[in-house]
Amino acid sequence: MEQVLGFDALLLARIQFGFTVAFHFIFPAFTIGLASYLAVLNALWLKTGNERFLRLFRYWIKIFAITFAMGVVSGIVMSYQFGTNWSVFSDKAGPVIGPLMAYEVLTAFFLEAGFLGIMLFGRDRVGPGLHMFACLMVAVGTAISATWILSVNSWMQTPQGHIIGENGQFLPEDWWAIIFNPSFPYRLAHALTAAYLTTALVVGGVAGWHYLRGHGHNRGVRIMFSMAMWMVAVVAPLQIFIGDQHGLNTLEHQPAKVMAMEGHFESHPEGAPLILFGIPDQDAQEMRYTIEIPKASSLILKHDLNAPLDGLDTIPREDQPPVGVVFWSFRVMVALGFAMLGLGVWSLISRWRGILHTDTWLHRAALVMGPTGFIAVTAGWITTEVGRQPFTVYNILRTADSVAPLDAPAVATSLIAFIFVYFAVFGSGVYFLLRLMAHPPHQGETGVEQEVGPMRAAGTVPGTADPRTGAK
Amino acid sequence: MENLGISFDLTVVWALILALAIYIYVVLDGFDLGLGILYPLFREKKDRDLMMNSVAPVWDGNETWLVMGGGGLMAAFPLAYAIILPALYPPIIAMLLALIFRGVAFEFRWRTETRLSRKLWDGAFIGGSFIASMAQGVILGALLQGIEVEGRAYAGGWWDWLTPFTILTGLAVVAGYAFLGACWLNLKLEGEIQHRVRNMARILGLVTVGFIVLVSLATPFLIGIYWEKWFTFPQIIFTAPVPIAVAIIGIALARSLIVDGRDWLPFVLALALFGLCFLGLGISIWPHIIPPSVTLWEAAAPEKSQWFMLVGAVVLIPMILAYTGFAYWVFRGKLDPEQGYH
Repeated sequence: MEQVLGFDALLLARIQFGFTVAFHFIFPAFTIGLASYLAVLNALWLKTGNERFLRLFRYWIKIFAITFAMGVVSGIVMSYQFGTNWSVFSDKAGPVIGPLMAYEVLTAFFLEAGFLGIMLFGRDRVGPGLHMFACLMVAVGTAISATWILSVNSWMQTPQGHIIGENGQFLPEDWWAIIFNPSFPYRLAHALTAAYLTTALVVGGVAGWHYLRGHGHNRGVRIMFSMAMWMVAVVAPLQIFIGDQHGLNTLEHQPAKVMAMEGHFESHPEGAPLILFGIPDQDAQEMRYTIEIPKASSLILKHDLNAPLDGLDTIPREDQPPVGVVFWSFRVMVALGFAMLGLGVWSLISRWRGILHTDTWLHRAALVMGPTGFIAVTAGWITTEVGRQPFTVYNILRTADSVAPLDAPAVATSLIAFIFVYFAVFGSGVYFLLRLMAHPPHQGETGVEQEVGPMRAAGTVPGTADPRTGAK
Repeated sequence: MENLGISFDLTVVWALILALAIYIYVVLDGFDLGLGILYPLFREKKDRDLMMNSVAPVWDGNETWLVMGGGGLMAAFPLAYAIILPALYPPIIAMLLALIFRGVAFEFRWRTETRLSRKLWDGAFIGGSFIASMAQGVILGALLQGIEVEGRAYAGGWWDWLTPFTILTGLAVVAGYAFLGACWLNLKLEGEIQHRVRNMARILGLVTVGFIVLVSLATPFLIGIYWEKWFTFPQIIFTAPVPIAVAIIGIALARSLIVDGRDWLPFVLALALFGLCFLGLGISIWPHIIPPSVTLWEAAAPEKSQWFMLVGAVVLIPMILAYTGFAYWVFRGKLDPEQGYH
């Protein structure tokens, strides 16, 4: 096979898909949660008439608008990546996963995009009721979108409900079984919760920053910090519980993935140790330099210290996932998950002691934890996707048999273009986001529709005395 | 041509649904891509703000139809999706990257602080719009001129898509989108700037019709079956009304842009013009989805997939059209240059 710098077309296509999808998911991981947060803020504003909620709504909607745009454009790429780089997979799996993705477009993407304009710009045109409805539709749309695409991904992990046709295609037999495949409920719950947790951490991190900058008296900062910390305190433990359930489900349906996550090369008939750290050596089929707790893995996975657990020695070498990547990305995710739990507990203690708004170290911790949701989400996806290897459709279709008949130079060229464009464009986007986050929400905060910012509208807005006051 | 007798089975229904989605995409994103192409002709910041404001609330929805086109093709005709995308790899990747630049420019533009940075994102909007339009025209031309298929996969090289014909269709789409954009601005703006866009629309309309004629003349020479369809008896009886209707619409467009005062008329007529071109392309390609070798039925998803999606599509597409229409209705009317759209 033709190669570019030692990379063949298959590996390049995998890197390209991994890169574009990882980059893409960062945006929805944030907008799914943020859309709901905005709907809640708007509802609170309508219910209480407290201007602070409107202020916060307008503050976050500017951030939402930019993030959503980046999610849309990086998402369009995904709907074509399947065909450009994985055409054989698309031909074979298209009859099963294609309709699910079509439903995602029909039930979610149009809903989000159709009501986004009204949510962003239409408050004064349609009145508060319809505007609230638009906010809800956008929030619901983001969640529906996640539901369909996670069903697709889950079917690739735990396929069922299909037969294999004469032409090699997967043909749908039972749509109910396809959509509600065994790993779907767990994956959906885990991913949606991750999105809400990620958003809460960002909001908390932004608030933490403003406390440290001396804006602790700002009511907007206080409200968003309090809301974010409640969310972290409730959702972080919930997420750990869901993650554990998801892991048990994976053990049942994709044992090789769990073996890689645990670093279990050997079978343990009398209770498997929990390997905290170690260096996987897949060629030698062993873990080096391990720090382990005897029998703890059996306790976690089987709720029995002495339960036997199979290792990768029961899986042929050519069917094993890459252990190093899976082992480490899993540890990154779990470690961050427990750090989030720690932040949540800490915030509860500070709240109980009445020092939520003055606990400087808590604010520092919240700031540091701000971006960790994105890291944990990405690490989690790497764990589950690399853990599915060497298959695209688990145990049925190999990744090597899924790739498009493209030459390595073509894939390499487009990969370089994607990397260059993504870092330039989304790097700029993140810069704009950070600049918006760098100023605290202030009285008379303007939404996107009323900005007299450098570009938006030519004139000033009636009734908004000085929209830039307090900015920066 | 044994298949010219139409059988209205599910595959045809799905071909029509997909064609509808692609047509809607072409005209909706067409006019907002057109704004990007016209951008260099407007130097002043306030004019550019107005142009952006005229589509800011709707561009997201416009672009969603492209996802529908890609996703729908994969769902309804997975084999076609699996052949066309690798075959047209370079123009598709170019289109996707260009759409990224112009899509984010809608948001980033308002966030810039320096002149340089603003110029940079204006440039991204212009370049992205132009390249995306050109790439879409090239994709269309490359599909029309035929794709080499072996078994269930693309069998040609990765430069096959680049020919004089595809360059012609690329430029035709750029001109057509710019024309749509000018008609849209004619609808949304007033005063001196509307006068300017109306002048542009006149010229661009002429250029667009010129390209339609050129592409129409070149197409029958690409593949033998196209020639048969358009120039031999008795098919010509069924195909001749299309160019005649194009001529009538062209005259009506000229009238509406030169003498008639109704601002919405040129835009609506432009939509009809695009619709006719689309119909013409459909006639050429039918009953194939990838000329000259893969028919709709060969590429179609199994009936179970078609039914499953159809249930949803029948309910959801009218709803989507309704709330998309509502969003356009909310932001209807002329833009006030003093206030954006609030």
